[in-house]
Amino acid sequence: MPVVMDADRIGRTLTRIAHEIVERNRGVKDLALVGVRTRGDHLARRLARTLHEITGDEVPTGALDITLYRDDLMRHAVGPQPLVRRTEIPFSIDDRKILLVDDVLYTGRTTRAALDALIDFGRPRSIQLIVLVDRGHRELPIKADYVGKNLPTSFEESVQVYLQESDDRDEVVLQGGAA
Amino acid sequence: MKRLLKGGRVIDPVNGIDGMHDVLLDGDRIAAVGKDLPVDGATVVAVPAGMIVCPGFIDMHVHLREPGQEHKETVATGTASAVAGGFTAVACMPNTSPVNDNANVTGYILAKAAEAGLARVYPIGAVSRGSKGDLLADIAELRQAGCVAITDDGHPVATAMLLRRAMEYAGMFGMLVIEHCEDPSLKADGVAHEGFHAARLGLRGMPGACEALGVERGVLLSELTGSAFHVAHMSARTSLRAVRKGKDAGIRVTCEVAPHHFTLTDESLGSPIPYDTNTKMNPPLREAADRDAMIAGIVDGSVDVIATDHAPHHADEKHVEFDRAPFGIVGLETAVSLTLDRLVHSGLITLPRMVQLLSANPARLLGVPGGSLSVGQPADITVIAPDLRVRVAARELRSKSKNTPFDGWELRGGVAATIVGGRPVFENPDAAIAFG
Amino acid sequence: MSSSVSAAASERVAATLLRSRHLLGIEDLSPEEIILILDTAEAMKEIGSRSIKKVPALRGKTVVNLFFEPSTRTRTSFEIAEKRLSADTLSIAIASSSVVKGETLADTVLNLEAMHPDMIVLRHASSGACHLLSRICRSAIINAGDGMHEHPTQALLDAFTIREHKSRLAGLKVAIVGDLLHSRVLRSNVQLLTKMGAEVWVCGPPTLIPTEITRFGVRATSDVNQAVADADVVMLLRIQLERMEGAFFPSLREYFNVFGMTDARLKHAKPDVLIMHPGPMNRGVEIASEVADGPFSVILEQVSNGVAVRMAVLYLLAGGVEHETAA
Repeated sequence: MPVVMDADRIGRTLTRIAHEIVERNRGVKDLALVGVRTRGDHLARRLARTLHEITGDEVPTGALDITLYRDDLMRHAVGPQPLVRRTEIPFSIDDRKILLVDDVLYTGRTTRAALDALIDFGRPRSIQLIVLVDRGHRELPIKADYVGKNLPTSFEESVQVYLQESDDRDEVVLQGGAA
Repeated sequence: MKRLLKGGRVIDPVNGIDGMHDVLLDGDRIAAVGKDLPVDGATVVAVPAGMIVCPGFIDMHVHLREPGQEHKETVATGTASAVAGGFTAVACMPNTSPVNDNANVTGYILAKAAEAGLARVYPIGAVSRGSKGDLLADIAELRQAGCVAITDDGHPVATAMLLRRAMEYAGMFGMLVIEHCEDPSLKADGVAHEGFHAARLGLRGMPGACEALGVERGVLLSELTGSAFHVAHMSARTSLRAVRKGKDAGIRVTCEVAPHHFTLTDESLGSPIPYDTNTKMNPPLREAADRDAMIAGIVDGSVDVIATDHAPHHADEKHVEFDRAPFGIVGLETAVSLTLDRLVHSGLITLPRMVQLLSANPARLLGVPGGSLSVGQPADITVIAPDLRVRVAARELRSKSKNTPFDGWELRGGVAATIVGGRPVFENPDAAIAFG
Repeated sequence: MSSSVSAAASERVAATLLRSRHLLGIEDLSPEEIILILDTAEAMKEIGSRSIKKVPALRGKTVVNLFFEPSTRTRTSFEIAEKRLSADTLSIAIASSSVVKGETLADTVLNLEAMHPDMIVLRHASSGACHLLSRICRSAIINAGDGMHEHPTQALLDAFTIREHKSRLAGLKVAIVGDLLHSRVLRSNVQLLTKMGAEVWVCGPPTLIPTEITRFGVRATSDVNQAVADADVVMLLRIQLERMEGAFFPSLREYFNVFGMTDARLKHAKPDVLIMHPGPMNRGVEIASEVADGPFSVILEQVSNGVAVRMAVLYLLAGGVEHETAA
């Protein structure tokens, strides 16, 4: 199982993305971070810390559970219902520039669900997408604004992101496929 | 025609017979019982080893539903069910529509029974007109028409005064008064035994005391009037206590217990099928201590009779919410198997005791023929196969109704053949006897 | 960091699924399944605080609310829950009088089923009505109260409310006071609270205490002060005025004098006691207004939480499959 990003690399990548955010938005005014549960949430909180270190400003940060917006929900009555976790967006997203954070961008379906969910919270001025890994194979017209690493993969492979907050280590691993 | 039953164990407690004997039937009467009887032109019926020849079983508590509720049962289907269950005679309750409170209804039932030509039918008349609890029915007329006892079964006799008068009046003919013992105010709108399971399932309860109050009343009135009093379908341990006390005091009280009350408890309300309406009957399935007391009473002789309280109901009537369903289950075709499996094979009672409970005692209490193999008695015989493996299948019951909680049960012991008036009226294909 | 991970692991004792495709009663649920429902309800509660209180989870699902008994609160709560999940809903109130006219419950429901609903929420006056339907229906059955048997979503919303305030259920002393005999709320709450390790006391006049109630693992008393002493939660049950007076106790006035919850009686409870009532309340009978409207009352929170809990149940059962695996 090849490790494609280690802890050090993840750290430097997030710092780089934070700088890009500041540069592209000319500061952090009106920005807010929303992480897609679970690991996007962890990444959003790390970015908020880094942005604070860089600019001295607090960026409001929330967590979004997209389960109830999944397009495969109830489609096939097999297996248990996916677990629903709390969505916590303790600020108004109206007229803010939302930075949507997820760990892996793949088919784009999760991002579609997240966009729908966000719109239910209000009318942001814009939404920018941040992903740690873009592994390709998009099935919807969705593109990330900030990418930690572009990782070409095959369908048989899977990309697993491990983060200290939930997994005891920082690591991105490419699993499966032709070894 | 003569038939000679050869090779079976013959049990006739009235005559103290229990052993390998032959039984000679001449026409519709018993002609002789003895060892190695001469064939003398009779048709020999070989009874396979292990089978038992008994005087015909008599179920003194059956609802045949005719006239008036023929969608549940008719005299023909009910007596077909009876003979398939080993009963050569049944006593049928008067709560038909119209109520059997006059000679016309009695005559109608007897005519239907003769037409069916299966089990003997002994109608039981109503205590009160329409079983309404106001005025006495024409008891002498009922007796003359063929009724063997009186009861307002389905309900208790409405008042103590009416019950007293009925016992005094019927006592004149030596007619038994059979009572559905229950205090209606204590029963209220109860649908199940008041206990843990009813509490858990949210079902309105009726306590055992509700029945025992009715038993106590009847025992006191039996003492007062000197007439016989019979407790129908006894279920509560407090009722049994009242019966025992009465018997000890020399009061003429007797009682019967139904197979479901010595087999099941109120736990069946919740499992295997929660709220199964085939576990709803009145009196209800009671708690284990009551069930165990019924068994103890059967064992020690306090209980006189096993009777089924066969209460057929149409599937549509039972396929409703528990509290809307009618009370009652069918019992004729499972009684003998349950008695053998639960009481005989478990070593609680002997086969002769079983024959007393199912034949000799009900015959004596009702004052009807049968109950023994004495010469000159009707040639009514039940042949049982005590080790036959029986699987109860509700769908295959002869009764018009299939409302049994025993569907799918596997039991040890069954009926091999039933002979009424010298004529085989039921032969179990799983335990074939060649009647020739 | 590892300590926070293990803390997260220990709090996740929730099951990952509900084994049954119906919710007939709390009796059938394991503690892990109860936690799953309560945890899911927490996520659902947040949806109610949004400006657009709607998620597409149950889009295309049809839910029939079939109420054979009058009910405003429970039916409204289910309807709102269904709508927030984007289900198509249909509420049918059938007076029991029309049932008397002939059609059986089974026929009524099979007729509805012919129109292919996915779930049926049933309120019925007969205990076991939901069990009967679960044997003949293709749809998932959710019990919204069956006779005197169970009212599982009420107990779940009660537990949710308690957990929000006390952050646990285990070890709490919960006193339930009122008409125990006829109460489906009692039966569901007793099942739930004892499963979750609470210490449950039930209290009422002996005429209203079910037989062998202590076999459920609760303590029973007719001394209201004993029941309330050091209680973390006091739950009052409705006294059904029409059938009680003269039959189960002499008068409503006397009931209030002996069992009514007043500030004076509450002094025996813990200082942060919660006062709960499943509604509808009879002020001045089982509860004094000073208590119902007092600082410890969470009665209206119970109503709000009902929507979240029902959303959770609807969502978790919407998959519609029976799961063999143990929770």
